Amino acid sequence: MKTTTHVDDTPAAHKAPAPQALCLRAVIQKELRRFFTDARMVIATVLMPGLLIYLLYSFMGSAISSNLTMESTYEPQMYAVNLPESLAAGFLQSGLEFTEISASEAEAVKEQIAAKLVDLLAVFPENFDESMTLLLSSEQGAVNNGEAVPETVPAAPGTVPEATPGTTTEAVPEVSLFYNSTRVESGAVYHQTQYLLDAYKETLRPVFTVNISGSAYDLASQEDTAGFLFASLLPMLLLVFLFSGCMAIAPESIAGEKERGTIATLLVTPLKRWELALGKIASLSLIALLSGASSFIGVMLALPNLLGVSAQEGTAEQGASTLVDASIYSAQDYFMLLAVILSTVLVFVGLISIISAFARTIKEANVLVMPLMIVVFLVGASAMFQTSSSAELVLHLIPVYNSVQCLVAIFGFSAEPLSIVLTVATNTALTGLCIVALTRMFESERVVFSK
Amino acid sequence: MSYAIEAHGLTKTFKASRKTGEEPRITSSHAAGGIITAVDNLSFSVEHGEIYGLLGPNGAGKTTTMRMLATLIKPSNGDATVLGHSIVEEPERVRASLGFLTSELKLEDFFTPSYLFDFFARLHRVDAAQAARQKQLLFSRLGIEDFANTKVSKLSTGMKQKTSIAVSLAHDPGLIIFDEPTNGLDILTARVVTDYLEELRHEGKTIVLSTHIFSLADKLCDRIGIIMDGQMVAEGTLASIGLGKPLEEAFFDLYEARQAEAVLV
Repeated sequence: MKTTTHVDDTPAAHKAPAPQALCLRAVIQKELRRFFTDARMVIATVLMPGLLIYLLYSFMGSAISSNLTMESTYEPQMYAVNLPESLAAGFLQSGLEFTEISASEAEAVKEQIAAKLVDLLAVFPENFDESMTLLLSSEQGAVNNGEAVPETVPAAPGTVPEATPGTTTEAVPEVSLFYNSTRVESGAVYHQTQYLLDAYKETLRPVFTVNISGSAYDLASQEDTAGFLFASLLPMLLLVFLFSGCMAIAPESIAGEKERGTIATLLVTPLKRWELALGKIASLSLIALLSGASSFIGVMLALPNLLGVSAQEGTAEQGASTLVDASIYSAQDYFMLLAVILSTVLVFVGLISIISAFARTIKEANVLVMPLMIVVFLVGASAMFQTSSSAELVLHLIPVYNSVQCLVAIFGFSAEPLSIVLTVATNTALTGLCIVALTRMFESERVVFSK
Repeated sequence: MSYAIEAHGLTKTFKASRKTGEEPRITSSHAAGGIITAVDNLSFSVEHGEIYGLLGPNGAGKTTTMRMLATLIKPSNGDATVLGHSIVEEPERVRASLGFLTSELKLEDFFTPSYLFDFFARLHRVDAAQAARQKQLLFSRLGIEDFANTKVSKLSTGMKQKTSIAVSLAHDPGLIIFDEPTNGLDILTARVVTDYLEELRHEGKTIVLSTHIFSLADKLCDRIGIIMDGQMVAEGTLASIGLGKPLEEAFFDLYEARQAEAVLV
């Protein structure tokens, strides 16, 4: 609280003493007004990141899914030579309808496959069913289940592990599946056909089977599966978005004021330097938080679109389609998340503000922030390779790293309140140091007037 | 407290390695050992209610002196009291009691003169009613009313300068420090500014201005101090410095005498 005891000869002596807090509030209000009344800035910093991320990730998700699966309405063009009766019904049941052709037409169909006009050609030996019945006594059937290049049929050695090598290979009937790996539909029906043939083979003469009954073998709960995914992806994404949010505003607000010469106008007023430093960091943090929140919401909304696909791929048999559901986290989890995010934003804003105060122009500030950005992104990326927070408590004293550890722990349901508290305390203390440093810098004529 | 400003041995040195466009011209005698002395042991006093002019060529140390008085930079040596407050010991008190104007203090493009005035009045801890009165007064006197709610980015240089003056006087300071008042102004705005400075003197304000324009010093100043290479070479009323000669003549006599001296040394 400062009482303005002005000298007698100035009319200023009549002014009422104003509480110290008013100056700080004026600075914060001005910063926020600068931001929120500027539609362009609000759109660019708050609306766009979330929207772009949502659209981009959703697009990526659907692009991946359309790459790996074919349209359900698509009717594949499939031909077969000597299609055995024993298999035709099974194929039809799975939606694979083969058009039978004669062996002499095979070459023409192969050309059409190469030209992506036809999806699959299956060539069975003549009298496949009879051979099977014969072979059942002592020998096994084989299919070319190697990743064969469609045009050439390799001998595929070693693809029939249960067969005794060298002895009966000549007698084993061979089924050839010709396809085109660069055509999504062709690849899909190839894998499906091959899967059915393998299954058929196993029913003919089972040595042993692995996971074919269709029941749920993966005993991970849906929560754990989601937690695992979140913990490996979100810390990195969060850090990147929060940092980008800070990057978008802090250099503009601090280096920008230096560049435009408006900071000197502030500094000739009785405004205390710490009020300016604190006011800047507080308002910038608030805006960065909004920007980060926007990005985060975008990610959360887009994740089902992005992950739904790859998750289904990985665990297709159990059909884990509901695994991306953010409601698995409790209110306490979200509270901890908020505390960690807030303290992380404070650290980012503090550090970028100091760098920006050193820089003479916005451009220079952006260049100088790069090394910090790389460190932050690398530390964030480290979360992708560890899905449970194993860090010792002491390591939570390291800024940025502690944030990543906490995020991994929170998303993985293993957050220790103590490490969260330590992280928030460390980050808050560091922000305090940043404010002190920034105050010193605003006091330094060398910093303020460097040009 | 007999003087509005009393400067005792104000000195400001910079490291020569820093390349800044604003620093004083380097002369051999002032750039010894990689240190540039921009202001060299400067002492002067300004009486209450007068217009005091610091006159000198570009690079003489005028701006550096003004900045030290406004506490934007700290003197390397010496001190000055501004309305009884030391610029070294009580910079915040000093800032609260003076208004500092220079074309280098820019206003944020995004805001309107009206908002900026209110904002700076708050920083000066002026209560709202007082600020509103002062705003009305300054805006009408300087002709800002017409564009009070137009963003600064859309204003002409003259309009910006007027706004800058109004904003710097939001707290109705008793002492005004004005670095190069008419620099970069169109002739109409320059006239408004010089007229306004005279009016402020009539109101009993103390004004310190720096200039390299003789006519301006001639017209406005009660007393002037002539500085060259950071040193005060003459101080007094226009009459006492000129000794009957026009100010410009007197200045160049001093300048040539100094050059001759430098050659001898």
